[in-house]
Amino acid sequence: MRLEPITNPSLARNILPPFLAIAITVSVASLLAMLAGANPFAVLGLILKGAAGSKFAMLETLNRATPLIFTGLAVAVAFRARLWNIGAEAQLYAGALATVVFGTGMLHWPAMALLPTLAVAALLAGALVLLIPALLKVRFGVDEVVTTLLLNFIFLLFVSMLLEGPLKDPMGMGWPKSERLIAAARLPRIVEGLRLHWGFTLALLAAAVVWLIDQRTTLGYEMRAVGLNRAAARFAGIPVNAVLIKTALLSGGLAALAGFSEVAGVKGSLTLDLSPGFGYTGIIVAMLALLNPLGVVAAALFVAGIFVGADSMSRAVGVPTYLADIMLATALLLMVLAILLTRFRVVRE
Amino acid sequence: MTNAETAQVVLRLDRITKRFGALTANDAVSLDLHRGEVVALLGENGAGKTTLMNILFGQYTADSGRVEVMGRDLPPGHPRAALAAGVGMVHQHFTLADNLSVLENVTLGTEPLWRWRAEDAAARARLARLASDFHLSVDPDAKVGSLTVGERQRVEILKALYRDARILILDEPTAVLTPQETDDLFVTLRKAVSNGLSIIFISHKLHEVMEIADRVVILRHGRVVAGMATAKTDRHALAAAMVGSEVSAPRVAPGTPGVALLQLRAVRTPDRGNAPGLKDVTLDLRGGQITGLAGVSGNGQAALADLIGGLCIPDTGRLDLDGACPVEWSPRVAVESGLARIPEDRHKTGTIADFSLTENAILESYHKAPMSRSGWMNWRQAEAKTRAILTGYDVRCPGPDTPIRLLSGGNMQKLILGRVLEANPRIILANQPVRGLDIGAVNYVHEQLLKARDRGAAVLLISEDLDEIMALSDVIHVMSEGRLSPEFARGTMTPADLGLWMAGHGFDEGLAHAS
Amino acid sequence: MDFLDVLLSASFWAATIRIASPLIFATLGELICERAGVLNLGIEGIMVAGAFAGWMAVYSGLGLWPGVAVAMMVGMGFGLIQSLLTVPFGLSQHVVGLGVTLLATSATYYAYRLALPEVTSPPKIVPFRPWEVPVLSDIPLIGPALFAQTPLTYLAFLLVGVVSLVLYRTPLGLALRAAGENPAAVAAQGLSVTGLRMGAVIVGSGLMAVGGAFLTMSAFDSFFFEMVNGRGWICIALVVFGAWKPGKALLGAVLFAAFDALQIRVQQTALGSDIPYQIFLMTPYVLSILALIVMSRRAEVPAALMVAFNKGER
Repeated sequence: MRLEPITNPSLARNILPPFLAIAITVSVASLLAMLAGANPFAVLGLILKGAAGSKFAMLETLNRATPLIFTGLAVAVAFRARLWNIGAEAQLYAGALATVVFGTGMLHWPAMALLPTLAVAALLAGALVLLIPALLKVRFGVDEVVTTLLLNFIFLLFVSMLLEGPLKDPMGMGWPKSERLIAAARLPRIVEGLRLHWGFTLALLAAAVVWLIDQRTTLGYEMRAVGLNRAAARFAGIPVNAVLIKTALLSGGLAALAGFSEVAGVKGSLTLDLSPGFGYTGIIVAMLALLNPLGVVAAALFVAGIFVGADSMSRAVGVPTYLADIMLATALLLMVLAILLTRFRVVRE
Repeated sequence: MTNAETAQVVLRLDRITKRFGALTANDAVSLDLHRGEVVALLGENGAGKTTLMNILFGQYTADSGRVEVMGRDLPPGHPRAALAAGVGMVHQHFTLADNLSVLENVTLGTEPLWRWRAEDAAARARLARLASDFHLSVDPDAKVGSLTVGERQRVEILKALYRDARILILDEPTAVLTPQETDDLFVTLRKAVSNGLSIIFISHKLHEVMEIADRVVILRHGRVVAGMATAKTDRHALAAAMVGSEVSAPRVAPGTPGVALLQLRAVRTPDRGNAPGLKDVTLDLRGGQITGLAGVSGNGQAALADLIGGLCIPDTGRLDLDGACPVEWSPRVAVESGLARIPEDRHKTGTIADFSLTENAILESYHKAPMSRSGWMNWRQAEAKTRAILTGYDVRCPGPDTPIRLLSGGNMQKLILGRVLEANPRIILANQPVRGLDIGAVNYVHEQLLKARDRGAAVLLISEDLDEIMALSDVIHVMSEGRLSPEFARGTMTPADLGLWMAGHGFDEGLAHAS
Repeated sequence: MDFLDVLLSASFWAATIRIASPLIFATLGELICERAGVLNLGIEGIMVAGAFAGWMAVYSGLGLWPGVAVAMMVGMGFGLIQSLLTVPFGLSQHVVGLGVTLLATSATYYAYRLALPEVTSPPKIVPFRPWEVPVLSDIPLIGPALFAQTPLTYLAFLLVGVVSLVLYRTPLGLALRAAGENPAAVAAQGLSVTGLRMGAVIVGSGLMAVGGAFLTMSAFDSFFFEMVNGRGWICIALVVFGAWKPGKALLGAVLFAAFDALQIRVQQTALGSDIPYQIFLMTPYVLSILALIVMSRRAEVPAALMVAFNKGER
């Protein structure tokens, strides 16, 4: 078989494949639910209800979406320039680490000064972590996929080492845990009494900033050019290597903000289970959003909803929560295929 | 030589037609090949020769027409079928795996996959026998990646012979050979013929065609325009038929040359794979003049374009702008110095397919005012500029936000033209500027280049189309294997003369022409 | 325990070979994929799936070897998904690989929870028992290391030879190596690039799954989450380290395993109690990155790795 580009795709051609991708994903989920002995409609309904069926549910979804917006943005920014950042997990922990190093008593500033400082520290930490694989790629041609992946494991061990050593909470009863952040270092709730914290607003702000950079600045233009056609960018005189490095700094910084947000807004201290894979889920969010910054917000809400809904559904009918991961992986694979099929026709030879 | 009329027809191409989008590569081409015959397929680049042979070998499928081998219809679209029918092809760009040995490349695909290669000894012996029978000496265990180009070609030929090819197609085989290697190749081909093989030989090198071929078929713009026995013709008649007997009368007023704006002195650049680097090139580009660079593609034009365009610097020698060597050399520096570049491949390096017209129009200027200030893009200015280009250069499109991939080649090229000419450049590098364009767009582009010249710009026109070069250029150079010929003034050379230089003759034979 | 004592102990080398075994299977699998021109990032997930599938098959009553076969087939299934999307459709090998890893991992965890919903500690099976080769296993030092291992380890070493043989001495291996270097050469000889690449990915994925199964059926006797823990990614680095050659890849796997075995033991020495254990755990990953840096400068990469082949493209 061969692929032939379609010059003027019809509306049906643009809508049908993605629609089918979602339909198949839902069918697969239903099948798996039935395998677990549950009623598929009930399962899907419970997921929906758990995601958005009550004020509590919606707030929970927004909360869960916050770190995903950050990591989704990080991945989208990088993938746009064809920089394969799979290390958002390590960058997230770098941000969390920076937050805890400076926020547990080293600086006794009021919140207005302290919080932005911590955010910036987190940003820098994450940028630094991604800078290493980026430099290796630009200077030595080392594929960044594997280096960023391996760095995830290395960095987590590094954090573990610090948590059992210099950062250990003396009051922690032996668990590897950092000290708690001082009060001024905590991100306040948006509304008193609810779990939603200012990290969410920061995430929306970050999405807006990324959108702004992408659409309104020369850097955004350069990143898009380098990602779409590196040869043409080079021919036109765009400094490709410098653009890749800047992309890495931005991407790493964004992922690190997820760590800052989780520590300062939710947990209050750093433990090894801070992230249930937000860095990896960010990849799914970014791909589902077609690498668009505003789409990332929508995709993050969607993915968070699925996870929150699945948690709640699982408590109700006992179907394992991993159903959510399966759905997302299936959706991802089918979606990339669907997007191809909106632009190419399959021709038998 | 056999009596071509009465010998058996081993291959018949019957009205083969192939289109790529709007371009008709082959237009109802018919061709007969008789047993023991050597037929040369002659034509300029883009005439459709390689496409035709790719159809024969099954790598493309024709839109209409038939292929008959030994009287049997050949199923299209599968190299396997062609190989089974006894058709072997020696590609212009060798289909060899560098990491494998000669023996491995030759035996690749010849044994059923589900077997142990116990036939190693038999394969070696067979290869050795073929090598000696056909005068092709190779070391069967050498890695192909370490071989010279001439040696690699021998492997390509052995691949075909090993599979009992009865019809051998060679695509521009001598383009990459030294004269000595060419002689060896001809020995091989004669032995092949005496072994009953029939040969189609694609070439543009006229003296070789005269030496080895029984018959010549000439293609132009996808059509067969002439066919004759070599015994009844000569080089000059062939050259004329190949490039068209119309000697393009200069319908263009000559330019008034000024000072040299850009100069190359004894420049050398490294070879890159199969593409030759520049070998001791000295060139003057004068303002108010169009300098045409003729030559078969792949003879160093890319290296020259890269150098002048700011993408590389010379190994030895110098590049001077206005008499001084620039401190730094990059695409941005080149553009800042008033140099405009029209790239050879508008799809690969000229435009970004998914970008809009506006985004493409500012590729070289986005980083300066008024397109941006302190890192902030001014899209309104960019769009205004783009609209100016769209109207000023007659770009037909729905609007500046259209993704450029939806535009026709001609309109894309006009946008590129507008993008680079808006800055009023003093030096213009136009690399194959009208390749693949329709007549209307071609004339438009030429008009613009002439206007720029009349404003005092120095234009370097690189083109495979000799008509174009001859019609527009005030002075002409020919490029062959990285070497630059002396300068020929307008009107002093006929197409046939240039054709000879293009084929490398002037350089080898040391023909002196007044510069 | 002195450093030198560690190196000279039979148990150290035995542990090294045991730890190396899953790496050997998975590295061979990835090597086959990459030699044909396809990067298979599904390796991590496929190892997880293989670990569970094999173990589950035995837990459900099948024999050990049928369990290994089940693991292999599950791996091949994921390989089919991976190759279908990346070869004929030419989708990004990065994205598809990561998607397959996520799919395989989550499907495994889901199946595990479905099959064993109420367990607190993972149930055990009766794994492969070491099989001592008579006479040879009595040789001091290398005897217990090389000749008193489980059958799967012997299979791993055997496979290195088999893969080498197939790759370098058969027409199929020749075609595979050509497909990863210059698919045009393969097509010009009348072979199917798509068929070769897909076949390579499917078979390679099967091997990766067997590598995962080793963990649950030979090294340990139960399945738990986070079992594979990045071994798949390390194998990708090992392929580079081994310059895409089976013999050298074996060497790399053994070297890495030695480091892993070493760090466990050195922790118990005087030196070890001063250095945080995380440093030791880090070394395989750090070494992998170093290996990549060193090897990326050599041009032994299959030239057509990650380059989609579009037949007759103009």
